[in-house]
Amino acid sequence: MPLFKTFKITQPKEYYEKFLEKDVRPDNRELGEFRPTVLNIGCVTTAEGSSLVKLGNTSVICGIKAEVAEPASDGKKGYLVPNVELPPLCSTNFKPGPPSELAQVLSQNMVDFLTDSKCVRLEDLCIVPGKLVWSLYIDLVCLDFDGNVMDACTLALMAALRNTLLPVVTVDEDSGEITTDVSIHQKLSISKCPVSTSFIIFDKKILLVDPTSEEEDLATGALTIITEGDNLCSIYKPGGTPLTDTQMKTCIDRAFLRGREAERLIEELIDK
Amino acid sequence: MAAAFIVVRKEDLEAQQNAESCQTLRCLTSELGCLTRSDGSVSFSQGDTTVLAVSYGPAEVRINQEQYDKATVEVVYKPKVGLPRPIDRKREAILKSTLEAAIVTSLHPRSSISIIIQETEDLGSNMACCINAACLALLDAAVHMAFMVAAVAVSVMEDGQIKLDPNKKEELEGRATLTFVFDSADLKVVSVVTSGTFSQEEYKKSIDLTRLAAERVFQFYRDSLSKKLMQSI
Repeated sequence: MPLFKTFKITQPKEYYEKFLEKDVRPDNRELGEFRPTVLNIGCVTTAEGSSLVKLGNTSVICGIKAEVAEPASDGKKGYLVPNVELPPLCSTNFKPGPPSELAQVLSQNMVDFLTDSKCVRLEDLCIVPGKLVWSLYIDLVCLDFDGNVMDACTLALMAALRNTLLPVVTVDEDSGEITTDVSIHQKLSISKCPVSTSFIIFDKKILLVDPTSEEEDLATGALTIITEGDNLCSIYKPGGTPLTDTQMKTCIDRAFLRGREAERLIEELIDK
Repeated sequence: MAAAFIVVRKEDLEAQQNAESCQTLRCLTSELGCLTRSDGSVSFSQGDTTVLAVSYGPAEVRINQEQYDKATVEVVYKPKVGLPRPIDRKREAILKSTLEAAIVTSLHPRSSISIIIQETEDLGSNMACCINAACLALLDAAVHMAFMVAAVAVSVMEDGQIKLDPNKKEELEGRATLTFVFDSADLKVVSVVTSGTFSQEEYKKSIDLTRLAAERVFQFYRDSLSKKLMQSI
């Protein structure tokens, strides 16, 4: 085994420090640089909308299935049901069985992401007020867990939503019969494009964007910022090393930059 | 101690909830050591929002959770009704990592420090109330901490007005709610949790406002602890 590999395994923190002293990361990235982002849409033909996102090695696939459902008491709102799965195939950290705590937190993050940004108006999912609405089941499966799954999930979610085509449903008023016309499809109206950007804090002082799973293991804190246009949708920093206001500002500025970048990426792909 | 009941009329409660709040924290109250079997316990309230927090430890750890170089911090959040949902899991995760930053875990390797939080009444700023209660419970149990933490929430209303320590009504009507957690050492940001959309300027205003309020929470910790210690002499 080459010497640097032994060094990496036995003293991972010192190994990283050697690189960070020179303002570079072991995978040749600068501290504020994202891994190459690959976006693919419509890869699952049986789903109403789908996407595959790769952030470096991290891969997340997203499929959206639509079902008709009865609305709740107020009658006009549809349902969005996101779910994040971290199967044992994506990393050794996960075992078969009920969803892990991380998977549950990520699923909740997706719910908050959709409700905070209001990128899909639930009223737009209404078919017949008081009778029928769309219920969108958004399933996100992580295929390769190499850090920053949150950003990969949100990007996959947004791309899949933009890709979603719903069949036209008509209800016969007299007989109440529901007919689905699969030959005509309607696009889901999505006006906003929220983008999340994650950071970790290394050794209580250095901020790294888009962490790999090795970097996440060494982190002393994490931070996720969701931007939408010129507004902030969420700042999520659960504990970890305390940050100063200037450090927070640097992260917010970087997040806005990434927001515009990712938005352009999705737009270009949809236009194709 | 004799049980005490306060009868609150529904009209009064509504009037209080609807009253225009100024830019101050609601009334803080705490009862340290309210339960006898736990290492640290507190019944903490912020206005009408009340939680019960207890802490155990350093104690024995479950073998699969053991860490050779530090103590494992466990947080259990019990909602008022029903079973814990994913939203409560997220709350637990936030509480856990916030407290992990505050506790000097390296002092107690291969042991566990557990915090159990029972929601008793959520009438606004529940997350902030939970974090403050957990910090007081840890102080009551005399767990070594690198710094104390204080959480304060604000709501950004539709017109851009910022309300400190919002009640339930303001939280629901507001465009966004931001909860900040500060450390007692240099008032840096330990945690931020937000919901809803807001601008950078509103974020800046909120952080300045909550930082000032956090100092009052730290003063309250000092007062409650000195009161308890005076009693025990």
